[in-house]
Amino acid sequence: MYQKLINAIVELREEEVVDLVQELLDQGVKPLDVLDNCRKAVEIIGERYEKGEYFMPELMLTGEMLNQISDLTKSKMGDSADEDDSKILGKVLIGTVQGDIHDIGKNIVSFMLDINGFKVIDLGEDVPPEKFVEGIKEHRPQIVGMSALLTLAFDKMRDTVKAIEDAGLRKDVQIIIGGAPINDQIKDYTGADAWGKDAVEAVSLAKKWMGGK
Amino acid sequence: MKLTDNWDKLSAQEKYEVRFDEFMNPGIEFASQEAEQAYKQRVQMIKDAIELKKPERVPISLSVGFYPAVYAGFTAYDMMYDYEKLGIAFKKFNKDFKPDTLASCFTLGPGKVFEILEYNLYQWPGNGTADNASYQCVEKEYMLDSEYDMLINDPSGYWMRRYLPRTFGAFAPWQALSPWTDLVELPFVGASMIPFGLPDVQDSFKKLLAAGEAALEWIGAVGAIDGEVQATQGMPGMMGGFAKAPFDTLGDTLRGTRPIMLDMFRRPDKLLEAMDKLVAINVEMGVRAATANHNPFVFIPLHKGADGFLSNKDFAKYYWPTLKAVIKGLVDEGCVPFLFVEGAYNQRLEFLADPEIPEGKTYWLFDDTDMVEAKKVLQGRACMGGNVSGSMLKAGKPQEVEDYVKFLMENVAQDGGFILANGVVIEDAEAENLHALVQAGLKYGRY
Repeated sequence: MYQKLINAIVELREEEVVDLVQELLDQGVKPLDVLDNCRKAVEIIGERYEKGEYFMPELMLTGEMLNQISDLTKSKMGDSADEDDSKILGKVLIGTVQGDIHDIGKNIVSFMLDINGFKVIDLGEDVPPEKFVEGIKEHRPQIVGMSALLTLAFDKMRDTVKAIEDAGLRKDVQIIIGGAPINDQIKDYTGADAWGKDAVEAVSLAKKWMGGK
Repeated sequence: MKLTDNWDKLSAQEKYEVRFDEFMNPGIEFASQEAEQAYKQRVQMIKDAIELKKPERVPISLSVGFYPAVYAGFTAYDMMYDYEKLGIAFKKFNKDFKPDTLASCFTLGPGKVFEILEYNLYQWPGNGTADNASYQCVEKEYMLDSEYDMLINDPSGYWMRRYLPRTFGAFAPWQALSPWTDLVELPFVGASMIPFGLPDVQDSFKKLLAAGEAALEWIGAVGAIDGEVQATQGMPGMMGGFAKAPFDTLGDTLRGTRPIMLDMFRRPDKLLEAMDKLVAINVEMGVRAATANHNPFVFIPLHKGADGFLSNKDFAKYYWPTLKAVIKGLVDEGCVPFLFVEGAYNQRLEFLADPEIPEGKTYWLFDDTDMVEAKKVLQGRACMGGNVSGSMLKAGKPQEVEDYVKFLMENVAQDGGFILANGVVIEDAEAENLHALVQAGLKYGRY
């Protein structure tokens, strides 16, 4: 049954997934077991995305299926299901920089980091430098991710890196940037540590950083 | 509006020639003979490039957003609210940089009109974004998943009674209006007029009247600014009209990115049907403006089909067929589709070689696509340009810009069919780098 569920998720058969989860829960299986198997399926979906077999629509539908599964299991679970921080690979504080309200790229990166075992704290869009600084102080992430679509965000990224430096937090975090106009030149311009062209690169940079620490 | 009495009898090629003839001989009172000569020379260079010939020199085109404001020391807010400053900024930009095509102030839009209409699809300086930030779209599910049939059956009615009320506060009362198609016989007329008597609908029309006045004031200013630049500098514009890929019409501002992608799984047939319906609407919109503006170019910014968004399989099924239909529809009417590939099309280049698209009738402006690879595909098929990156223009050095322009001229432009242009629309850059771009174009762009 679990294999059937995993296959249905990986093959993106939404209705079948919902029916199967409902069936499993009705049979009295532990919601956490269901979620564990969903995680396995999502890992396969992540691999397919990395290989260029799946793209954004597949990730969007996966997110949608996970929401529905989570709604179904939530009612069967108590408050004890809080995430265990010891299992995570690392914490990533992420946001679209000030002046820019584009969120699609950032959301895909957050999703991919999340399914790869990172805890993602998403500050949203149009995030001023001081919010990044506050976020670092509050959540103590190892990695800060900044996103932008507009070229005018280059300076805001630079300002944000500087604000983090001025707050004495620069050495505590690896700063990774991304977004359509971002490249090596902008990495150097902003003072970030690394840049990625897509969510796959974001995950591999984050993993590399955590592995190297 | 038709450009000639026998318009319907003309072939696509004849219509194209009529449009370029109008473009070449505009109703502009040039300030000098030099300006007029420069204008005609530039139109000829552009026409040669479109037709895949080697023009006298590679035309240089800069697509700028709010950069002229930055350059002149103003804010983005100034550009949308103070037409005097708008004029100073755009006249200065065009005069100082002298690209071959007009940097028009039209696309920045009138903040006052948007305010009166309580436009909530966008944030703009003075209304959501900072004074020095450009306007940005607020993506939401403005069209619900249950509304495909309404859209398909009556697009204009759908816009009027559902889409506009959600995206403009001033249109909100229009939800109560009946479709105009009700008005077929006497007994229905009275009933159809009832909503127009309601106070909130009447208020809505008052706002529209005010918006109309503000729009006239704006277009008067914009027309005078662009007109003066054209008359004195002899610069043809490259935006006669505007159209979209139907997938983007739905995916950008109606359904939104996430919902349209879910529709690909949940209601693929409805999505395809709706996009089919939007082909003729986009073609008509582009042709109408190109005709009114006596300019053959119809600008089509491409968004959700870029690399990374869809698989090639889904691009082939959902994005390309209706975009291709829009391109062909425009070419049939003698227009030149000006396709702006935002992001990259490195995975999509095979589609651009589609044999159904007539040769020498389109212009592809690239942002981040590999130009040498693109040229291999478009050689003998379509004019291309672009790709001088926003990052280089902002964070690079003039020498680097010059070297890159030289590279493009030697490796992409060598056989003609090329326009030198920047990639992503410039909101921020270093002036010396933009000068380097233009100067290098003049230096290396002669055949």
